[in-house]
Amino acid sequence: MLKVEEQTPVTLSAELLAKFDEVKSRYPEGKQKSALLPLLHLVQAEYLWVPTSAMDQVAAYLNIQPIEVYEVATFYTMYFLKPQGKYALEVCRTGPCCLVGAEKILDHLENKLGVKEGEVTADGLFSFRGVECLAACGYGPVLQISPEYTFYENLTTESVDKLIEDLKNKS
Amino acid sequence: MSRKLLLEHINVPGINTLEVYRQKGGYRAVEKALKTLTPEEIVEEVKKSGLRGRGGAGFPTGMKWSFLAKPEGVARYLVCNADESEPGTFKDRYLMTYIPHALIEGMIVSSFALGAKVSYIYVRGEMMPQIRILERAIAEAKAAGWLGKNILGTGYDLELYVQPGGGAYICGEETALLESLEGKRGNPRIKPPFPAIAGLYGCPTVVNNVESIAAVVPIINDGGEEYAKIGIGRSTGTKLISASGNLVKPGVYEIELGLPVEEFIYSDEYCGGIANGKRLKATVAGGSSVPVLPANLTLKLANGEPRLMSYESLSEGGFATGTMLGSGGFIAFDEDQCIVRNTWNFSRFYHHESCGQCSPCREGTGWMEKILHKIEHGHGSMEDVDLLWDVQRKIEGNTICPLGDAAAWPVASAIRHFRDEFEWHIKEPVKSQTQNYGIANYAVPIEKAPVVEEK
Repeated sequence: MLKVEEQTPVTLSAELLAKFDEVKSRYPEGKQKSALLPLLHLVQAEYLWVPTSAMDQVAAYLNIQPIEVYEVATFYTMYFLKPQGKYALEVCRTGPCCLVGAEKILDHLENKLGVKEGEVTADGLFSFRGVECLAACGYGPVLQISPEYTFYENLTTESVDKLIEDLKNKS
Repeated sequence: MSRKLLLEHINVPGINTLEVYRQKGGYRAVEKALKTLTPEEIVEEVKKSGLRGRGGAGFPTGMKWSFLAKPEGVARYLVCNADESEPGTFKDRYLMTYIPHALIEGMIVSSFALGAKVSYIYVRGEMMPQIRILERAIAEAKAAGWLGKNILGTGYDLELYVQPGGGAYICGEETALLESLEGKRGNPRIKPPFPAIAGLYGCPTVVNNVESIAAVVPIINDGGEEYAKIGIGRSTGTKLISASGNLVKPGVYEIELGLPVEEFIYSDEYCGGIANGKRLKATVAGGSSVPVLPANLTLKLANGEPRLMSYESLSEGGFATGTMLGSGGFIAFDEDQCIVRNTWNFSRFYHHESCGQCSPCREGTGWMEKILHKIEHGHGSMEDVDLLWDVQRKIEGNTICPLGDAAAWPVASAIRHFRDEFEWHIKEPVKSQTQNYGIANYAVPIEKAPVVEEK
């Protein structure tokens, strides 16, 4: 059963709804449900996760049932159904990246940030998780940071340390 | 140096821009196709080229196109499959990042050939930077009149959109991709009907991989017959190979099909050999879903002849002694790598990515992952190896889409070729946690073992 976190309802902004209109225009009349995945990405870029109230508003916007949005949001791994850190780090943990040390990077992040996979640091800045193949196998280990999906390749524990420090200084 | 068709200008500064791409001959194929060829003639050129689908299946592209139903008054669609998520494969990401206009040009020519007025490039959602690059390039192309209404005054209209996925490997399967593009969960459809009859929104649709669509550009520029001269036998043209794992120079390489595997691994033009002076233990030649092969069978056929990078040579001997070219995701394992651990890793991937629609795949992938985890962590029994073999047999061929096969083949091939290593993990649970089984039993040709100089 989907556990719904206690949430403060959000109201989608006029700017976001204008972006929705542009996306919706890409599909033939009557087939606007196609916009669902892109719209959820836009919601996540705005809130850094996908709150239930936003999903309900997406459903109303596309004139579909809320369950149609929930079933999509829970199927795809990119949509965060609970709040993440401001910087949600995703480390590839599939075969080719593991051949060149991805597991060490995940262990290092756990030690460095002092939280387990999926948890958020006390300052709200970071969360991390292992993900399946990011399609950059020749440059592994790799990680990406949502919602911009900035990409970092050929990671070492030292380069991860520097990345964390840079992000802390930026905030 | 081998001939390059897709990556010829990859190192030219600014090749990602329309201006530089045009300077290097870009969009000639659109001009030629729209002004001098009929859609049927384009399909004929692609047939003559012998181009086979570069996403993994290797089905002849021209034949796929000719199956497209053309009822009057019904829209037709071209959908580019850029949901690249196969472990070991990263060529499409590379192509879209550095030469986005090669894909857009291919989309215009292919859409014209198929009579599509609206086309979509379905890019895996994680590739947001590539999505932005493609959107920028599409805007450039549209502003210059290569897309939109009445392209080049020919009366042909085409709108091209990028669709982001949501992070699901299964959406690389063409019918799951179409479901996803319709805003639904990526559950594969039962075929028939094939997308050529009922695809996107129930309309006739062709789904092609990024590399296949980009390859249409040189085919139209030079002619299908010229393209067919490159390569070997029914493996015509060039192929992008994504090389990863324990190689000196991993990366994306364009090869002429027919290149000896040995040359690809050891020559300086390509991968430059195995990293850190180690020896090659095994390879996965075409992405994680194809069978793993020990080094000796990677380099040589069962009859001792050199194995080549081609659809036929890699699959020579069936799965007993061969594998597949697949998507061209070439992963090399050095002597220190543990086959059991890697097989467990791949099984975890397929369990995670199973859409859950078919019981054998939904239950079987998780079962395999658990057994492999048990063996890898020193708690296995000899019966587990037989059970694992039995489970994979019951998944293969018993699912709607090929994800079940993709999950079964790595396990089957690992047991087939490396059963000793599984048994060693079970017999020596303590030792196997800290040591590697090595490659002594796998008959790596001694001449392939690099000499490490004494310091």
